[in-house]
Amino acid sequence: MTGPAPAERERHRIGMYWAAGCGGCDMSLLEIGPHLLELVDAADVVLWPCVADFKYRDVAGYPDGHIDVCFVNGAVRNSEEEEVARLLRKKSRTLVAYGACAIEGGVPALASLGAVEPLFDAVYRDNPSIDNPAGTLPRTSTETPHGPLHLPSFYRQVLRLRDVVEVDYQIPGCPPQAPQVWSVVQAVLNGGVPAKGDGRKVGCDDKSVCDTCAREKRHVRISGFKRPHEAVPEPGWCLLEQGFLCMGPATRGGCGALCLKASLPCRGCYGPSGTAEDQGMAMIGALGSILDATTEERARELVAQVVDPVGTFYRFSLASSHLKGGRAEGRGAP
Amino acid sequence: MAEAMPHAALTKDAPVAAAWEPRIVAFLCYWCSYTGADAAGTARLKYPPNVDVIRVMCSGRIDPELVTAALAKGADGVMVCGCHIGDCHYIAGNHKTMARMPLVARALAQLGIAPGRFVHEWVSAAEGDKFAALVDRVTRQVRRLGPLDWPRRMRERGVPGGRGLSPWSEP
Repeated sequence: MTGPAPAERERHRIGMYWAAGCGGCDMSLLEIGPHLLELVDAADVVLWPCVADFKYRDVAGYPDGHIDVCFVNGAVRNSEEEEVARLLRKKSRTLVAYGACAIEGGVPALASLGAVEPLFDAVYRDNPSIDNPAGTLPRTSTETPHGPLHLPSFYRQVLRLRDVVEVDYQIPGCPPQAPQVWSVVQAVLNGGVPAKGDGRKVGCDDKSVCDTCAREKRHVRISGFKRPHEAVPEPGWCLLEQGFLCMGPATRGGCGALCLKASLPCRGCYGPSGTAEDQGMAMIGALGSILDATTEERARELVAQVVDPVGTFYRFSLASSHLKGGRAEGRGAP
Repeated sequence: MAEAMPHAALTKDAPVAAAWEPRIVAFLCYWCSYTGADAAGTARLKYPPNVDVIRVMCSGRIDPELVTAALAKGADGVMVCGCHIGDCHYIAGNHKTMARMPLVARALAQLGIAPGRFVHEWVSAAEGDKFAALVDRVTRQVRRLGPLDWPRRMRERGVPGGRGLSPWSEP
């Protein structure tokens, strides 16, 4: 690292990079609203492709450790994202994984369940809104009269940021909630956090979403599963007990049970809570304790009502799960 | 020693098919299934030596995370055994197992694990013969499926990281 540390300088330098994600994380940073003015008062934005024109060569030109805090949102899905992640690691004192995709793969990681070929077919050939009669697919290298053109290569698996580089802090959420983001940014600007955090999760709780959920628990066992569009939930009563698959018990809190306040079951975007490693299996463990079944037959009948277990229980955390969604056998295996 | 034996065959240069032996992790409850396995032993019943037994107090205590952790760290198959419904030492511990394991089986199938690799059965303290036959059946079906070797499969897909997995390499 070169140059003075932020404490000796007047202004901080911050960056935000967008990898394999939807852009919602960039929006969530804007969601801090009027605090943005305080942010730009205290810090120079030296990279934020979503809001201003920065080139990779600008970043490559910075001295090592030039960026005080760099937020990276999105998973790592291709060689460009990996290259930029490595570049940003070198140029940043503190690298922060921002949002579910960077931390646990997020929704993009569900694509690891299949092979790349059918994925490309779905996106570039069979998609009803695509007009591609020649069936052209992206290639990493194409010869043109003006010389070869290169595209990043696509990986067979969706990776987390920390699979590729060392990550100092992680802010979970899809997207992280603005008050949490602002509290983290404030702590960073005030020098309240050490540069190295060993991947510690910040801007969130350790306990589960249920811990902050105001809905009443009546200790009723689940007698059947319903999907959110199939029934109107009773207000004020635990959605899981009503049969809506709520990921609350297996999900880290910090969002303030936002979805629950809107009568929607938790989808699990803050990742596994506490000491759980594999959010999906942790949720299966939780569900197993509260099913209304005293015979095997009834238990099988009930679990058969769960539509798409992996898509539901690992909606945001497949790249962080034990098996990572990399198919070994059966349909979609390489 | 058990550690070194089956996995030595999975190093890069060894002819996998010739030397490979299935490695199956079996989670058994203390009161019924482990005692059942013990009964198989005292009755001198023969069954394949491919099972690594992990004894837990109750099958309801087997976190589904343990199943995926075992597979991710190199097991070729996983068995979960507990008391028959109605026989649980803790009254209803195995009711939780009975609700969890079918869901685990469905999730594993979706995650690309062949169904034969995960087996959930009830084995009572008196069913030594059932335990021996079960181990025999599971070992045969896992042998037919071949090595799972999840860490290697993940490396081939470029997945680094996590405990027990090898570091990232450029694709």
